[in-house]
Amino acid sequence: MLSLYHDARTPVHAVPAGAKLLVLAVTGTVLFFVPSMVWLAVALAGVLGLSGLARIPWRTTARQVLGLAPFLLLIMVAQLLFTGWQSAIIVGERLLTLVLLANLVTLTTRTSAMIETIERALKPLRPLGVRPERVGLLVAMTIRFIPVIREQAELVRAAQRARGIERSTVFLVPLLIRTLRMADGVGEALDARGLD
Amino acid sequence: MPRVRSRDLAQIALFAAIMVVLGFFPLIQLPGAFAPFTSQTLGVILAGAILGAKRGFLAILLFDVMVFAGLPVLPGGRGGLSVIMGPTGGFVIAYPIGAVVIGLLTERVYRHYNLPLALVINFLGGAIVLYAIGIPWMAAAAHISLAKAFTTSVAFLPGDIVKTVIGSLAAVAVRKAYPMIPARA
Repeated sequence: MLSLYHDARTPVHAVPAGAKLLVLAVTGTVLFFVPSMVWLAVALAGVLGLSGLARIPWRTTARQVLGLAPFLLLIMVAQLLFTGWQSAIIVGERLLTLVLLANLVTLTTRTSAMIETIERALKPLRPLGVRPERVGLLVAMTIRFIPVIREQAELVRAAQRARGIERSTVFLVPLLIRTLRMADGVGEALDARGLD
Repeated sequence: MPRVRSRDLAQIALFAAIMVVLGFFPLIQLPGAFAPFTSQTLGVILAGAILGAKRGFLAILLFDVMVFAGLPVLPGGRGGLSVIMGPTGGFVIAYPIGAVVIGLLTERVYRHYNLPLALVINFLGGAIVLYAIGIPWMAAAAHISLAKAFTTSVAFLPGDIVKTVIGSLAAVAVRKAYPMIPARA
């Protein structure tokens, strides 16, 4: 499975994942308290500038905005009707800026770097029995299991179709039981490889 | 806290994978269905009701970690921080909480678990909890009134009811065939 990461060597890519997340959190909070159309436009332009600096293709950005478009439109129209055009623009700018910035962080940070950051953030929870080093292993296992589950689903469906049954609940149960059996097998394999 | 065993790790990863597959390749095709019928809340229900509170929570949390880390595991190949920051991010964040609520309640009644109990529990965790977190989040992120966010979200209620029914039927059947949650004394 592909990651959303967009590979390039730019100053934006070089910023450590933790720092980018911090910037995103701070910006998100600050934007919320900025009621000025002009300053929000500056922020939006800034994020678009950073996207350019990170050499994110316009199409990638456009695709992300398109996903948000129905929502954005609905919200802006509602604001327009109830509170006026200024507030419609402010709300639109704010949401767009935040989503584009969040998207920029995702596009310029490798999945592995993000997972390392999560592991580091979880370290203080070690005394509670949390094992941060397991996160990466679990993500890798899940990615590996996705095609396996899909294949199992297709097998069950084919078997049922052959017998002339095609109902989702009937279908789901054998898939779940197969999956649970598989977990037993994988667990034994992990033990055999000495995973503590 | 007891050590997480290897089998538990495998179950957690496998259910996180089921969650991804449900979003990508919806297993349920309803006749004349409401258009974009994603099945991911079904994954939340199944994880909580079959694996119980702890493993169910961790499975769905793992799914959220993958979203956060920028893997396109949400329907339509979406993922990443922009989803979390967007109007529907609250629902994604609420998923593991929904699973833990379902898990805790299911564990409590596991001895006499049946379809009516499953329906109530799964609707509570798979719909009410998700709405309780997702709707205020949407109101805040999109800067709209709670009422408006509520109206927008209620459009998904019919689908969520269908998912609750399917998830409950499956959970009850799996409990008979392959009980996972140790009975409580």
